[in-house]
Amino acid sequence: MKPPMTKAAKADRLAELMARRGGDEGGAGLWTEALRRLRRSKMALIGAAIIAVFLLLAIVGPWVAPHGPTAQIWRGEVFPNQGRFVGPRSGNWLGLDHLGRDELSRMLIGARQTLLVGVVSMLIGLVVGALVGAVSGAAATLGGAAGKRVDTVVMRITDMMLALPSLLLAVSIAAVMGQSLTTVMIAVGVVQIPIFARLLRGSMLGQGGRDYVLAAKSLGVRRRRIVLTQILPNSVSPVIVQATLSLATAIIEAAALSYLGLGNPDPAVPEWGVMLSQAQRFFDNAPMMSVYPALGIVITALGFTLLGEAMREALDPRLRG
Amino acid sequence: MLRLVVRRLLQLIPTLLGLSVLLFLWLNRLPGGPASAILGERATEAEVARINRLLGLDEPVWIQYWRFLKRIAQLDLGTSVRTGQPVWDEFTLRFPATVELAVAAILIAVVVGVPLGYFAARRRGGWLDVTSVSGSLLGICIPVFFLALVLKGIFAVNLGLFPSYGRQSTGIDATDVTGFAVLDGVLTGEFDASWDALMHLVLPAITLASIPLAVIVRMTRASVLEVLGEDYVRTAEAKGLRSSVVRGRHVLRNALLPVITAVGLLTGSLLSGAVLTESVFAFGGIGSFIRQAIDGRDYPVLVGFIMFIAMLYVLINLVVDLAYSLIDPRVRVH
Amino acid sequence: MPLLSVDDLTVTFRGGHGRPPTRAVDGVSFQVDAGRVTGLVGESGCGKSVTALALMGLLPGKGVDRGGSAVLDVGAGSEFVASGPVDLLGLGPGALRDLRGSRIAMIFQDPLSSLNPVVPIGVQVTEILERHRGLRGAPARKEAADLLDRVGIPDPTRRLKEYPHQLSGGMRQRALIAMAVACAPRLLIADEPTTALDVTIQAQILELLKELVDQEGTALLMITHDLGVVAGLCEQVNVLYAGRVVESAGRRELFAHPTHPYAHGLLGSIPRLDAPRGDPLHPIRGSINDRIAWQDGCAFAPRCDFYDEECLEGPPALTEPRRPDHRVRCVHPVLDTTAEEVTA
Repeated sequence: MKPPMTKAAKADRLAELMARRGGDEGGAGLWTEALRRLRRSKMALIGAAIIAVFLLLAIVGPWVAPHGPTAQIWRGEVFPNQGRFVGPRSGNWLGLDHLGRDELSRMLIGARQTLLVGVVSMLIGLVVGALVGAVSGAAATLGGAAGKRVDTVVMRITDMMLALPSLLLAVSIAAVMGQSLTTVMIAVGVVQIPIFARLLRGSMLGQGGRDYVLAAKSLGVRRRRIVLTQILPNSVSPVIVQATLSLATAIIEAAALSYLGLGNPDPAVPEWGVMLSQAQRFFDNAPMMSVYPALGIVITALGFTLLGEAMREALDPRLRG
Repeated sequence: MLRLVVRRLLQLIPTLLGLSVLLFLWLNRLPGGPASAILGERATEAEVARINRLLGLDEPVWIQYWRFLKRIAQLDLGTSVRTGQPVWDEFTLRFPATVELAVAAILIAVVVGVPLGYFAARRRGGWLDVTSVSGSLLGICIPVFFLALVLKGIFAVNLGLFPSYGRQSTGIDATDVTGFAVLDGVLTGEFDASWDALMHLVLPAITLASIPLAVIVRMTRASVLEVLGEDYVRTAEAKGLRSSVVRGRHVLRNALLPVITAVGLLTGSLLSGAVLTESVFAFGGIGSFIRQAIDGRDYPVLVGFIMFIAMLYVLINLVVDLAYSLIDPRVRVH
Repeated sequence: MPLLSVDDLTVTFRGGHGRPPTRAVDGVSFQVDAGRVTGLVGESGCGKSVTALALMGLLPGKGVDRGGSAVLDVGAGSEFVASGPVDLLGLGPGALRDLRGSRIAMIFQDPLSSLNPVVPIGVQVTEILERHRGLRGAPARKEAADLLDRVGIPDPTRRLKEYPHQLSGGMRQRALIAMAVACAPRLLIADEPTTALDVTIQAQILELLKELVDQEGTALLMITHDLGVVAGLCEQVNVLYAGRVVESAGRRELFAHPTHPYAHGLLGSIPRLDAPRGDPLHPIRGSINDRIAWQDGCAFAPRCDFYDEECLEGPPALTEPRRPDHRVRCVHPVLDTTAEEVTA
């Protein structure tokens, strides 16, 4: 018979065995858990890699570009009207565009413009939309009868904006403001406003009905404090996801506006959407000239979409497993 | 049911009113205003003043607005600056082409998208799932007009499988009955005309279907995945029902509800896509017309189009709601 | 021979995504006798629902490993079902589909989410009649109305046309019971059938279940955490802890002499009106997550007042310290007290 263990030794042995079992990952927070899932998602990794490359291009692109964006150095070699173009060759690795400019240089410089258009448009939509949505959501959850009325009016207006085809809305804005890069960014951004507004409001309404809000209310926490410290922080995750996805749509919409002739006319600031819409006229003779900027747009948009979708999945508790 | 319809139509009024204010303000804010839109930018001041008097633009703003509103209420959307024809007539003339295109696109998107999304969800993580999910993500990321160019370049210009522009070949003798080219051929027995119109429809319809298809695939997939985890599907399995019954009656019938809403909403956004698609394929519907209006700064046409779309959008939503209340018993009660 | 004999049943959920696998059911053995009510009792997370789903063949095929056996005496065969004893865990999906709903049926916890919201009640009842009894059209509807009537739903012909959201909670559970008993199964598994209901409705539903199994000679496997339900309904009781049966006895024996410290604590933690004023409750400390793996010793040890080194030396065996039909998985069974003494 073995000598009896001391009480402490017994407890140690028990703790050791409990630890050996492992398994239960207790209360990891929503964000910690989401980040853990995100790191394991192939979609997120590919998306993040694409975005990283794109960001790098946007930062260093203009410095490493071998030629200026407007330098029509090889003008005498390209005759668009006769269908004569210059493809890739040493020195001009992506060939020349229809005005005899180095395509690679314009692609490199254009990355920064494209990023600018995407980010600024998204920010316009995000900031204004989130403000509108937060006001509406706060009014609806805690504003009583008057708040409900405010909410109804605001939502009617966003409904109206959603009823317009986004492209037409952008065209209308561009028509008033004239043709420039700013116009494109505002036009694309405004289209995103109702999306962000509705999303944040919906998310806040969902949170507003939760028990923890009721608990805060019954503890006598002031309404503004409840909204700011309880409801809003718990409602932002879909907005963050949407912001990532919006970067993609903004870049694509900007390209569509350029195609409709509303893009930035300044040749010194090449943007992939503008480059694509100019090159598409020569698609039958020089398809690659369209394909380069198009690929740039598609891959970049895909990067943001992949990351956004992966974030959505990581944050959705129903999809956990 | 009737009450729902009436209520929804009444809800339309404030939306359209608000929109009319916005559009009116927009028209007044246009650089140079309507006069310079009509006369061009080099008009003299005297000419502008004459036109302004003619159009009543020298009167107080609220009278102008009232007049604008009255016109719209009578479905008078003004006159196209470019063609000189009433905007409403221009629209009705071109509407069938766009409807034909939109219907074809939605059909493609639903017929391909729903089964794809369903099977992707059934075999989650399988090759079909991975392909259709990445395919649909890619589909959203390709600018519509570029896809149109590529499809046209490959299948029309290079391979010559489909016509590259227009709705009908010039040599085809087709009788116009409804304006829907494919339908007309069937009605009059001119099946060669139908076939010809159908071939013209293929590439634009595929282009236009790309985004709705991507959305429907992902929507169906997500919805099916959610329903598969529902308790009532487990109940159905616990009853030992045949898998065809479990899938059809218990999974799909529930999973398709959100997809129906999505299809309705997509129909609105389809018209944006139509502007791009039609202009690449010179399709001759409203989309092409709007493209020309944008190029020519034909503002009455744009204003008319926006009002037109807003009405259409609300009507489509109404139809979706009605369809929903027919399928989902929970909605029917209140 | 018992109707159902579960022997060393294990269910393991493979982790995936770098997570360790979880063994939800860890060698459960128990028996269900024909025509009797058997209880499977334990707190949430002890593996009782997973056991039920494993018996029904309703666990997902991918990512789940099953072991052991569960032999059901199917009884007389039919055009769909073979006769005699079959191992439910060894059957193919098709054969299981034939058994489910006809020989072995199940009632779930939440009646609202367990009914299809967009299909009328009538269709949800007749579809099982059509599947297992070949009834269609008017005869099927007639039979469905009779079933609803039998489970105490008034105006059954009208109810057949209604949708789940139009029924009250109790009515929904009655409708689910009607579907479960539609083909007079040999074994009915009820997984917490009253948890989501009001107390008054709970009693009605339990009464109904009792009536139905008495009439039909159906055996009922009652899965619950509610000792009140056990006391009122079950003839044989199995107490589950961390995926294993720790105590198994007849109802009277178990309530009079809870012998495993867990069962003992479970009964002791019920508030009693006849306890003296000021007498504190006797909760079991910790939660089911405070446990060790069975192969290392008694999973209950971290929460147990009586554990010592012997409890940490490998899995405790099932013994019969008190009576031959009263089995306990414990090294230090509580033999000298009764539940009354604990609370007093």
